[in-house]
Amino acid sequence: MDRRDFLLAKKTAPKRPDIAISRPSSGINPYTGAWTKNEVQHLLKRTMFGSPKKDIDYFKSKTLSQSVDELLNPLSLVPAPPVNDYNAGTPDTTVPAGQTWINTPVNDGALNSVRRASFKKWWTGLQLNQDRSILEKMTLFWANHFSIEAADIGNAHYVYHHNALLRKSALGNFKQLVKGVTVDAGMLRYLNGYVNTAAAPDENYARELQELFTIGRGPAAKYTEDDIKKAAKVLTGWRINGTTYTVFFDATKHDTTSKTFSSFYNGATIAGRTGAAGANETDDLISMIFTNNEVAKFICRRLYIWFVYYKIDANVEANVIEPLAQIFRNNNYEIKPVLSALLKSEHFFDVMNQGCQIKSPADHVIGCLREFNVVFPNNTSEYLDAYAMWGYIRGWMVSMTQDLGDPPSVAGWPAYYQAPQFYEIWINSDTLPKRNRFTDTMISSGYTRASKKIIIDAVAFTKNFSDPSNPIVVIDEALNILYRVPLTATHKQTLKQQILLSNQTSDYYWTDAWNAYRANPTDPMAYNTVNSRLKTLYQYLMNLAEYQLA
Amino acid sequence: MKRRDFLKTTIPAATLLSSIDGYSVQGFLGNSLLQSRLLDPSIDTDHVLVIVQLNGGNDGLNMLIPVSTYSNYYNARTNIAIPENKILRLNGFGAAGLHPAMTGLQTLFNENKLAVIQSVGYPSPSFSHFRATDIWMSASDSNVNVNSGWAGRYLDNEYPNYPNGYPSSSMPDPLAIQIGSVTSLTCQGPVVNMGMSITDPTSFYNLINGVEDPAPNNYMGYELSYVRQVVQQTNKYAARIKEAAAAVTQQSAYPTANPLAEQLKIVARLVKGGLKTRIYMVSYGGFDTHASQVSTTDTTTGTHANLLRNISSAIKAFMDDVQFLGIEKRVMGMTYSEFGRRIKSNASVGTDHGAAAPLFLFGNKVTNVVLGENPLIPAGVTVNDNIPFQYDFRSVYASVLEKWFCVPNIDLQKILLKNFQSLAVISNAACNIMAPDTSGESLISNYPNPFVQKTTIKFSTKGGHTLIQVIDSAGRVIKTVLEKDYTVPATITVPFDSYNLPVGVYYARLQNGPIQQVRAMLKVR
Repeated sequence: MDRRDFLLAKKTAPKRPDIAISRPSSGINPYTGAWTKNEVQHLLKRTMFGSPKKDIDYFKSKTLSQSVDELLNPLSLVPAPPVNDYNAGTPDTTVPAGQTWINTPVNDGALNSVRRASFKKWWTGLQLNQDRSILEKMTLFWANHFSIEAADIGNAHYVYHHNALLRKSALGNFKQLVKGVTVDAGMLRYLNGYVNTAAAPDENYARELQELFTIGRGPAAKYTEDDIKKAAKVLTGWRINGTTYTVFFDATKHDTTSKTFSSFYNGATIAGRTGAAGANETDDLISMIFTNNEVAKFICRRLYIWFVYYKIDANVEANVIEPLAQIFRNNNYEIKPVLSALLKSEHFFDVMNQGCQIKSPADHVIGCLREFNVVFPNNTSEYLDAYAMWGYIRGWMVSMTQDLGDPPSVAGWPAYYQAPQFYEIWINSDTLPKRNRFTDTMISSGYTRASKKIIIDAVAFTKNFSDPSNPIVVIDEALNILYRVPLTATHKQTLKQQILLSNQTSDYYWTDAWNAYRANPTDPMAYNTVNSRLKTLYQYLMNLAEYQLA
Repeated sequence: MKRRDFLKTTIPAATLLSSIDGYSVQGFLGNSLLQSRLLDPSIDTDHVLVIVQLNGGNDGLNMLIPVSTYSNYYNARTNIAIPENKILRLNGFGAAGLHPAMTGLQTLFNENKLAVIQSVGYPSPSFSHFRATDIWMSASDSNVNVNSGWAGRYLDNEYPNYPNGYPSSSMPDPLAIQIGSVTSLTCQGPVVNMGMSITDPTSFYNLINGVEDPAPNNYMGYELSYVRQVVQQTNKYAARIKEAAAAVTQQSAYPTANPLAEQLKIVARLVKGGLKTRIYMVSYGGFDTHASQVSTTDTTTGTHANLLRNISSAIKAFMDDVQFLGIEKRVMGMTYSEFGRRIKSNASVGTDHGAAAPLFLFGNKVTNVVLGENPLIPAGVTVNDNIPFQYDFRSVYASVLEKWFCVPNIDLQKILLKNFQSLAVISNAACNIMAPDTSGESLISNYPNPFVQKTTIKFSTKGGHTLIQVIDSAGRVIKTVLEKDYTVPATITVPFDSYNLPVGVYYARLQNGPIQQVRAMLKVR
């Protein structure tokens, strides 16, 4: 349609392709196709936050297998803990400013509030500073899976240690992780496990353990209401010491009767135990649950939705979920073998599965800042500024409906379970303008605090390209980092001419401008000439619908 | 006497501001226009400016040809010169005439709808497309970087709280619309771009025009279509623009295969359709005629002749259409190019980058004039000779702002960063109804403004980290006035002492979480 006709056109909503048409039938056989920037970028966008050029280049020089192995082996599972960044506003007599508060639990509401904020900023900082591994994506996966709400729990001590448990076990053994979470103070608080007693059973955790954490809600998840009651009895007796903030087992509160489960669990009976041995019933319960095939299938589906796409049809169930679940069981619920098989599979690299994820707010915000190498104040020497900046960034994610540490419910974020929309729930007429405002702000004015500024440096970003003096290279290489959806040649030509060439037709005008800047980098005119055009280009790219996909 | 001074001294304050259907109206007591507006509130008399950018550097010397110094003109560029007998004459102005392809503009001139300003430029001109374009758009001096646009600063002055609280009932439309390009520096305000490009990705133009790439038929395309649907729902101006376009079903004829005409046709339609948008920008490229500017067999034909014909016929058709649509009193246009071209032509039948060039204003309220003298062309012209400027381009902007947008002199200085005199190119009668729109949420202001040395900055914070900076027109931070965490929302005043700072425009900037707002402050002697 040409411009003259556009006002005459009857506007209808853009037609959405039929989702049934392009159904991948590939399975988990190892992917043996090309290993190009495209595949590296796909792998990184899914397993990390964004795909900065340095990471693409790094993994491009390795094989797919080496890359996945490296992603699955983080440098460290135990980062430096969050510190007292709040002393100026809320003085803490137990911990000096700049020191960690994680070993000094307190009962003070105001202090716990600023500590929870400290925890959330710290977590944001870890995402921004992630190493070349899947750890942060998996920590967030488990935080979504074993969802707890920090504001609900209140005590920052429990909130931090819950997260530390997920982080430490993120790539470990799932069965052990379930055990750990079951007797974790944060979870005991959140789902009332600490008040579950023989005299007054509380079924909250017993229900979610099966429905949300292990068996799931698949068509074959046929556990009964009675199974929930029985599991609740098994779990009676776990308490939290209000002075030491530690978990202990109180045999006097434990239901010592034997518990017989339904046919879904093959009528298994967990023998009642007395005294300290009552705690072992919890292990019996978990072992019983893990004999059921649904556990592996449910977790593999969750991982599939997290890393691939939310549409799980009969093909995907048979060719991907089932074989992955088999690997999971064969490896006694070790997480790495499953991730390794999935991330090296032809299904994962099937072109039909690329570029189809809508970015989560964390992907959008953290990914943008990482891809543009936005420089933050130093984590330790300038920790106050660093925490404040992380808090600012976190605020944007909250405005886009992802509050790290405070998901909306025990089920996690709806984007990962709510059919039929799934990821699309992230994007609506309220959140999309905020996504645009975030990128607009970061590239135009940035954020200033205490004379320090975080901002996208468009020129520095472009300098890393193979030939920044060539406007075609600039657009292509920027897209290789920022976009999964290919732009047509016409579109790229339009961007080049309207933005980089200021409507001139000859490429050498850009080349001259870039070279003039390089020859005299401190000349403000020369700098401004290239900077303003690059900013316009990147801002434009980040405002297109394509940018929302990963 | 300044218009506002006149109002202040002669009109009782109560009559200054009336409200009709939510529109605030300011006007002269007894003024027939105001009366007719009171009787018929549907008549909208807000003025509109159409900026026609000619990309690439237009050869002004072959567009407005000096008749009085024809032989020097001819000798400077024998291979591309327009024959004297082909030059189109302008009624009452014998010294210069138009390129033979510009019959449309000749007609407009002879109908008193065209003003021509000779040799518009600025001191120490830049010969770089990019830098020169930035200078024209920002209205900066040649050696100064200014990161906002002149129209953006004007709109910031008229709608001081934008974008907080917009669209509003009194300004439901984009403040400026750019057609056919990405949002330009021209409409960049001190903090946000005041313009909306309707090739902008968040706008309806792409969606309706098919500029966006088709969504592939797979999961990626499925999700892409979803996001695009939300983009469409989200664009707060899309419905208004569609409504305005739909309201106009008939327009007079425009030439075909003329990209400029296509854009101007959209402008006429949107103005007639009721948009209150103040500024429209259109652009037309291809003027970088280093080679083959004319046909060697007939210098009145070829690349440049085609470009000029398209300009002329597009503007003529546009003027006919606005007459047909009955909006001719609301619309004025201005052409410009980032520079003119060299006096002496080159051996490849073209011209290289030059300096000053003529500029056109079109509309019913322009003064029928060729302002200024023909450029001086030396007899033995060399490749280094350029046309010096007679009129600073910022004086043209000042004329438009003062005589068409009715901006008071003191605001003119804030917008143009210096005091530029306006030119006698627009009828003094054009200014009749204007009202600054202060709807929207004002978060920062200062008083007094203008100020001599001290002023007080007043701001509202929503709580949390709050930063007040004073920045200069180049965007440099002059002073951090305040940086503080507020536990509750508050309205605060802080003094600002400009001791030691030169007179000129400064901006008070508020940053409060994701919120940013900027207020222009003028320091005077």
